Amino acid sequence: MREEMVRMGAKELLSGGDVDAILGDQRGTTLVFVNSVCGCSAGSARPALALALKHTIVPQQTVTVFAGQDLEATARARQYFSEYQPSSPSMALFRDGEVVHMVHRHQIEGRPPQAIAADLMAAFDKYCVTSSV
Amino acid sequence: MSGLVFHPGHHALHGMTVVLEASDGRTCVGRFDTEDEAGVHLRDVGIHRAEDGPGTRDDYLRHTLKFGVRRDVPHLVVPRGSVLRITRLTEYRLD
Repeated sequence: MREEMVRMGAKELLSGGDVDAILGDQRGTTLVFVNSVCGCSAGSARPALALALKHTIVPQQTVTVFAGQDLEATARARQYFSEYQPSSPSMALFRDGEVVHMVHRHQIEGRPPQAIAADLMAAFDKYCVTSSV
Repeated sequence: MSGLVFHPGHHALHGMTVVLEASDGRTCVGRFDTEDEAGVHLRDVGIHRAEDGPGTRDDYLRHTLKFGVRRDVPHLVVPRGSVLRITRLTEYRLD
């Protein structure tokens, strides 16, 4: 599962320090994927993310924490989007340090990866385009 | 919905986040686990009660859709006879 994430271009955050280094002073766009061992992750969320990251417009960086395994990193990451209830799998898209799009577990359950990826790509189109002057 | 089956042998709603409306006025949002002689088992459940006030139930569900399910109790069993309706959260129609 971890290799699958790295292969699609996501950086693993294994500690609170790793999380702070990425989310502490953000510029641009970052997607945080809260991974899990459940069937929703394997059947829908991870394949959806893999599809979405092939889109022409993607976040500048994609990172992942593993709920239930990397406890400190997951808890720390969730502090950056603490207005949202914790769930896994889930995804938070940040732009300049603010959450602009959230995908909760209930939006993943039972949906095919293609549908979730389409929603993600729409969010990428909306929030990840850098403006040119 | 795709009807993807992640847990063969379980109830069709197993693992899905549902809205359970009960005859005692509670609206419960949580992951459907199973159903047995005791009733419907939900996990990681948020509960809204009718006495919280008119109109607040839809607000509660709107807030839940946007910010996720607030976990009031880890496990809730609702007797089958008290269950008015069970709907997947993503398919729930708000007025």
